[in-house]
Amino acid sequence: MDKYDVVVIGAGPGGLAAAISAKKEGAESVLIIERDKEPGGILNQCIHNGFGVEIFKEDLPGPSYAERFVTEAESLGIEFMLDSMVLEVTPQKKIYTTSKWYGFKEIEATAIVLAMGARERTRAQIRIPGFRPAGVYTAGSAQRFVNIEGFMPGKRFVILGSGDIGMIMARRLTLEGAKVERVLEIMPFLTGLTRNYVQCLQDFNIPLQLSHTVNRILGKNRVEAIESVQVDENFNPIKGTEEIIPADTLLLSVGLIPENELSRKVGVKMDTLIQGPFVDEEMQTSIPGIFAAGNVVHIFDLVDWVTEAGFTAGKGAARFVKETKEKSDLVKLVPGNNIHHIVPQYLKKDALQNGPIKLMMRVIKPMEEKVWVELSDGKNLITRKLERYVRPGEMVILTVPQKAYDDVKKAKELIVSIEKFGG
Amino acid sequence: MEKFDVIVIGAGVTGAMIARELSRFELSVAVIEKESDVCMGTTSANTAIVHAGYDPVPGTLKAELNVRGNKLWDQVAFELDIPFKRTGDYVVAVGDDEFKKLEVLFERGKKNGVLGLEILSKDKTLSKLPYLNRDVGGAIFAPTGGIVDPFQAALAPMENAVINGVHLYLETSFIDFIFEGNKIIGIKTNNGEFLSNWVINAAGLYSDVIMHKANIHPEFKITPRKGEYYIFDRNEFAIPDVLFPVPTEFSKGIMITTTVHGNTIIGPNSHEVDDKEDTSNTREGLEEVYKGASKLVPEINLRHAIAIFAGLRATGNARTPNPNIDYHHDFLIEAHPQLGLLNVAGIESPGLASAPAIAERVVELLKDSGLELKEKKDFNPIRKPRKRFRDMSNEERAQLVKENPLYGRVICRCEYVTEGEIVEEIHSPIPAKTYDAIKRRTWLGTGRCQGAFDTPRVVEILSRELGVSPLEVTKKGSGSYFLLRKTKEVENG
Repeated sequence: MDKYDVVVIGAGPGGLAAAISAKKEGAESVLIIERDKEPGGILNQCIHNGFGVEIFKEDLPGPSYAERFVTEAESLGIEFMLDSMVLEVTPQKKIYTTSKWYGFKEIEATAIVLAMGARERTRAQIRIPGFRPAGVYTAGSAQRFVNIEGFMPGKRFVILGSGDIGMIMARRLTLEGAKVERVLEIMPFLTGLTRNYVQCLQDFNIPLQLSHTVNRILGKNRVEAIESVQVDENFNPIKGTEEIIPADTLLLSVGLIPENELSRKVGVKMDTLIQGPFVDEEMQTSIPGIFAAGNVVHIFDLVDWVTEAGFTAGKGAARFVKETKEKSDLVKLVPGNNIHHIVPQYLKKDALQNGPIKLMMRVIKPMEEKVWVELSDGKNLITRKLERYVRPGEMVILTVPQKAYDDVKKAKELIVSIEKFGG
Repeated sequence: MEKFDVIVIGAGVTGAMIARELSRFELSVAVIEKESDVCMGTTSANTAIVHAGYDPVPGTLKAELNVRGNKLWDQVAFELDIPFKRTGDYVVAVGDDEFKKLEVLFERGKKNGVLGLEILSKDKTLSKLPYLNRDVGGAIFAPTGGIVDPFQAALAPMENAVINGVHLYLETSFIDFIFEGNKIIGIKTNNGEFLSNWVINAAGLYSDVIMHKANIHPEFKITPRKGEYYIFDRNEFAIPDVLFPVPTEFSKGIMITTTVHGNTIIGPNSHEVDDKEDTSNTREGLEEVYKGASKLVPEINLRHAIAIFAGLRATGNARTPNPNIDYHHDFLIEAHPQLGLLNVAGIESPGLASAPAIAERVVELLKDSGLELKEKKDFNPIRKPRKRFRDMSNEERAQLVKENPLYGRVICRCEYVTEGEIVEEIHSPIPAKTYDAIKRRTWLGTGRCQGAFDTPRVVEILSRELGVSPLEVTKKGSGSYFLLRKTKEVENG
């Protein structure tokens, strides 16, 4: 099984920042698992500017912002497992992943950072009546089609919701030659950033209608029109205000929900108000050693703040790893070459202070020649003993002398192997 | 021109089960279906319940075939690898008046031959179903009730029929019969003419239109009745039981049930509509469904709904064949041997439960009408079982991914559907050529994100495997394109 000090789930801005700070703060082995083919998360499809103003004092497009962190992570020796899906995280901090490239894997971590981001709310959550034709997309899926895959999901759009992704897509689609007929917002106020309203809607003469929603989707196979309606203060449609807007596509930009399937499965305590885990000032969840960073906790407005929260979580994870290592007063005995098992399996770090210790073991296959039974810390030999032969039927005993006290104390693990005398 | 012994019109659960039964015999059989895939009409949008059989009026075809069909489901599901669970079901009475009505159902059930029915007191009901409305008066428990994957209920028998030699013609609509004297000798379709000795009309909502073309039962009419539903995120709101309210004369009422994957469903309401294609949701209908279900379980939060849908029941007006029984919404299943037409019409609930028994009945009728039925020696009753990554243990998953790495790539993040499963369905005996076809076969895109994650990836896979441009990929055939053009950047290189 693969073992890491820190495993980060998700290579978006939160996950990248967490991995970088964990590594910088002393975690030795850090792995990021990402389900997409490239690291960077949703930033990769956010080709517009507006990222990094707080952190870098620069106005960057999403992919460039992500690239800085990916480059840094790579230079720090952080490992990536891409195009890989985490299926389960256990409270014992085992992680099960599956991938076309790495197969099905079980990975052990000392600390975990949950950085799965958010998903978009769907049509049912806002309960739009009508048919279920092609041509209804979340703003994020449409953005992926346009910016990553190079395809236009429609020619004539209505956008529901004045969230940032929706407004940014309104501009992007207009620049691509599409007609954005209308942005409808059920609330009596704008829900995204004002700067996006100005730069994405006003500058392109795209009308925004507040206190309006979609009343019905028309068209059975592909969207043919959207019926809009005005709502009262209780969000109920006002009869007589219906309007049919010809369109082939409806984009939903009606909010994000933290993506916490894995968090729930592992059993961290959840704040039902925001659908994210409860965290402390280190971004540690209710399970010690499991941290959370970014939109998985709550929905952020700027990516810069996601990065910052990621740094905090990564630092916490590194602190947890350090304390775990310090606390651990056991060294594991690992069966090496031709060793089936060793008893005891662990030694206390100061085990030799009261005298020598006998290790009992069995070999896997017979060797009818002179062999060394060797104890090492993986690099340096600690002690060894010569045997005329080894056979599975006969137990092998190796005594660890008291003078090996320091070697055992500083070892991360102890390995016993059978080696040929002449070899 | 193709000539068959039997043509079946309609590839819903009824037509598919009939086709599969016919494929046991030395017959040439064709199924024509107007849509781009099997299972796109009534079978694709219903409550997915294998009813125990206490509900239909004793002596009706519905009662007889429901109880018989229910018994057959274990075998059918096993042979065809259809997800099916005999969960048992409850009829929940709210208040004392309703509790008295349970007696009627209980007696009906006994008359219909439903085994194991039990009336539960208020206390016992609440101890088994603690989330119910506190005003519940008691319940009936029917241990033989079950739930099934409604899509596989049609897809699996149709695939098995195809493997056993049945020809399936999709996107082929019936236009008219071809007569020779007073005998039907074939049908005209948008896809040419097909000759046949027998035509079986299993056309669901359109079964009346088709029989009228042969001047049969001009008084028979299908009145579509719309039912609307909500589906919930199983991580947020999950009721693991199948709960009916006390039924009315017209409907089994708005119920709470669960899919085979554990997503709670509420619905359906019941309203007559004129248009046989009107599967649209309505604001009023959804409200009615919510209110109805809240009567059984007060704690339903619509915030946790992930999908809405509507289906149409093919409600007929056929009188029960037994003249002593005054019931006018029975199944219409009868053969006209001189004409060469067999109608299977008015198949509304409990049609899904009854389907295996309806197919059996159709074979009996054909036999009684003189069709020679010789069993095939090489009939294979087994459909190739599907690998379902979601349902596997970690050891099984590890093994599967080792054998074929495509099963390691999860495409649907909510339902854990892998690329391997999708590719297998695209190249299966009834190829899945659209997004919805894959969805029906794998349940991809049916989870909490409703396809937001998988859609671009599935479009890419369909495009690759079918060897077409992504611009050609559709959601459900006939013009339902996902993408309308390339971006300027891509277009201009």
